[in-house]
Amino acid sequence: MRIVFAALLTVFTSLPALAYRVAPVADKVTQTECGACHMVYPAALLPARSWDAITADLANHFGEDASLEQTVVDGIKAYLMANAGDVAGDGRGLIRGLPQDQTPLRITELPMFTRIHGNFSPRTMKKIGVAGNCSFCHQAATKGMFEDD
Amino acid sequence: MSLKAWIVTGAFIGGLAVPVLAAAGQDAVLAQYKTQAIAADPAFAGFSAKRGAELYKSSNSAGGPDTPSCSSCHTASPLKAGMTRAGKAIEPMAVSASPSRFTDIAKTEKWFGRNCKTVLGRACSAQEKGDFITYLSGL
Ligand code: HEC
Ligand code: HEC
Ligand code: HEC
Repeated sequence: MRIVFAALLTVFTSLPALAYRVAPVADKVTQTECGACHMVYPAALLPARSWDAITADLANHFGEDASLEQTVVDGIKAYLMANAGDVAGDGRGLIRGLPQDQTPLRITELPMFTRIHGNFSPRTMKKIGVAGNCSFCHQAATKGMFEDD
Repeated sequence: MSLKAWIVTGAFIGGLAVPVLAAAGQDAVLAQYKTQAIAADPAFAGFSAKRGAELYKSSNSAGGPDTPSCSSCHTASPLKAGMTRAGKAIEPMAVSASPSRFTDIAKTEKWFGRNCKTVLGRACSAQEKGDFITYLSGL
């Protein structure tokens, strides 16, 4: 009996960790423009300073030119920064443990990301293409849902 | 005519009108590039599907190492769906497969601007853009 209870307790206390949810991108322009080449990354997955840095150099975006008219960039930047993990969120989740003096340009570079996923094997990489293809494994990633599946 | 006949006739005319409108859209975009091509070179002698095909398939080293060719993402066959490096599907480039291609000058310009830089390391000329669209409109 005691063992069953302990097992149940373990199951229940670990449940919240089974699903990580953040707000999906609600801004139409950001959805379209930042979802043209990859899934739209929810703003809460990075701190505001990262979105600031990413939107400052879209002409050199990870080896591709993703440039947009400045007025469009300004709108996207404002949206992403206002909804960033350290602004709208509680600073927990994926950006937890990120030193203040670091400005990662990638979600996949966050210490928490590596802690959760480890390093993907070459076989997995061949299937997913790039580690930032979250929605390959998390079907509802664009909706901000990261199920442990 | 009965209501049903009207609906059938309407659907028929509607069906005819869509490809015609799409072609008109591509013509408008092409006309803009033609004006620019003439301005750049008064000896401009028209767009060429053959040159457009060469551009589509060419392999280049001046751009990003992961993107040597337009076909890197748009695939070797413009009639097929392509894929970005990050795994997102891209509608086929051939107008016969994707009728809305090259009908919105702002969209077309945005992507020529980006992708020519990414692949060729430079902007495309109006001549190259017109050749590319001419090739993809005739497949
Ligand atoms: C022209 C295509 C294109 C567009 C448009 C684009 N991106 Fe990207 N993005 C890429 C590529 C390519 C990568 C890198 C993929 C790789 O090699 O891992 C990338 C990676 C990223 C990453 C890092 C993902 C990771 O590995 O953690 C973020 C964040 C990002 N983009 C944000 C944006 C934002 C914000 C916008 C809109 C302003 C945008 N992107 C628009 C092509 C694009
Ligand atoms: C190759 C498949 C794969 C890719 C790609 C991937 N993940 Fe995951 N992710 C997993 C798996 C499997 C787990 C569960 C890991 C565990 O619990 O040991 C997980 C867990 C998570 C969790 C924790 C969920 C929880 O229950 O608390 C988050 C958050 C997460 N991923 C976010 C992301 C983000 C953001 C991306 C893209 C930048 C991404 N993942 C890309 C497979 C993937
Ligand atoms: C890194 C991947 C990638 C490469 C390489 C690439 N493209 Fe694209 N291209 C895209 C994406 C993504 C879109 C936008 C999605 C869509 O329109 O379906 C696009 C759209 C376009 C469009 C817009 C068409 C329209 O509907 O008006 C044009 C024009 C274009 N590409 C030209 C080129 C040319 C020319 C090259 C080679 C010099 C090239 N592309 C190489 C990814 C790429």
